Amino acid sequence: MSDATLILCHDCDQMNRIGEVPLGGSARCSRCGGLLFRRIRNSIDRTLAFTLAGMVLFLVANLLPFLAFKMQGQVTDTTLATGVRSLYEQGRPLVATLVLITTIVAPFVQLVSLILILTPMKLGFAFPGQVALFRTLHKVETWSMMEVFMLGILVSLVKLLGMAEIVPGIALWSFVLLIPVLAAANASLDHHLVWDRLGRNS
Amino acid sequence: MSAATVDGPETLPASCHDCGMVVYVAADPHAYAHCPRCDSRVHRRKTDSIHRTWALVITAAMLYVPANVFPVMTVTTLGQSQSDTILSGAIYLLHHGMWPLAAIVFTASVVVPLLKLVSLMGLLISVQRRSNWRPRDRTQIYRIVEIVGRWSMVDIYVVTILVALVHLGNLASIKAELGAVFFGGVVVVTMFAAETFDPRLIWDNAETPHDR
Ligand SMILES: [Zn+2]
Repeated sequence: MSDATLILCHDCDQMNRIGEVPLGGSARCSRCGGLLFRRIRNSIDRTLAFTLAGMVLFLVANLLPFLAFKMQGQVTDTTLATGVRSLYEQGRPLVATLVLITTIVAPFVQLVSLILILTPMKLGFAFPGQVALFRTLHKVETWSMMEVFMLGILVSLVKLLGMAEIVPGIALWSFVLLIPVLAAANASLDHHLVWDRLGRNS
Repeated sequence: MSAATVDGPETLPASCHDCGMVVYVAADPHAYAHCPRCDSRVHRRKTDSIHRTWALVITAAMLYVPANVFPVMTVTTLGQSQSDTILSGAIYLLHHGMWPLAAIVFTASVVVPLLKLVSLMGLLISVQRRSNWRPRDRTQIYRIVEIVGRWSMVDIYVVTILVALVHLGNLASIKAELGAVFFGGVVVVTMFAAETFDPRLIWDNAETPHDR
């Protein structure tokens, strides 16, 4: 990065001339106070580590038993995707699709694209699709809502409290761990740095 | 770092929406340029932002009514059925002494969608009236609207989880109802509305309150 960078604020269009920002620091817009970028120590290593851990937790959360419902001797086992299928079967394809996208597809795309962008960067090579992939990541981020789903689980458990016995599965614990790991991955990602590197390669 | 692409006689700097690179775009409001770094189209302002955002906000407001009137799910236990709307679902938690959770659910599913719609309408009207009232605070309101919207999805997820877990026929089963479809619509459409609104419009008028 050069000593002075010109950055146009996303929110108010103010041109900001930003000098050297120390690692761990951030640059804010002089007019509206919006965050322009943050510089994060070991951003690529840290984000990659959290993302790889997140991928393992994501796979466990999706493939193993999530919650079991016990009532008068009858047991219903579910995985994360069971709800999507049940909604579809009950004639609610739109809601099923919305849940599928926000809890499974978007987080998966998010994790895969981060791995495909950061691993080559770490190993010192590049491939042509990375720019498009990083753009996709920006578009998908908004629709990845696992932390909201976590709150949904909490509310559901409370609602079922008096009705039946709920047995948490391995996937649920994985999911509980996945939320802070994903948050840490997002918090350690230095978008500015990644774009800068991608720009230099092309 | 280079900020390239010269495009005709009069160009103005614009921030690439995807990668943040400074790209020069012709002053004509419909003009766009291609970002040399990520190849996306760069407009100085989001295309037709005010009209599109109004259309989405009005759509969301219309969906909001059936989303709250129709039940989102029906619970059947031992042959007896009971339907819940968004509001009665939150009240149920309150009656069971879970008031912190009830407060969160009430905020996420009732307050947030309303607040989002009202804030976006306020922002749209302020921009259309070329207001120069506290642009910094209005930008802050926009940022909050952008962040909190997703939490309204919590009700949809509760229905999803309950439907997955409880299907033991007449003994106990839960069915998703029409209200959930409308409510999901409200969340999605308001999220698109927030994305379509261009906060830079707030500052266009703040800067030159008289000559535009
Ligand atoms: Zn700004």
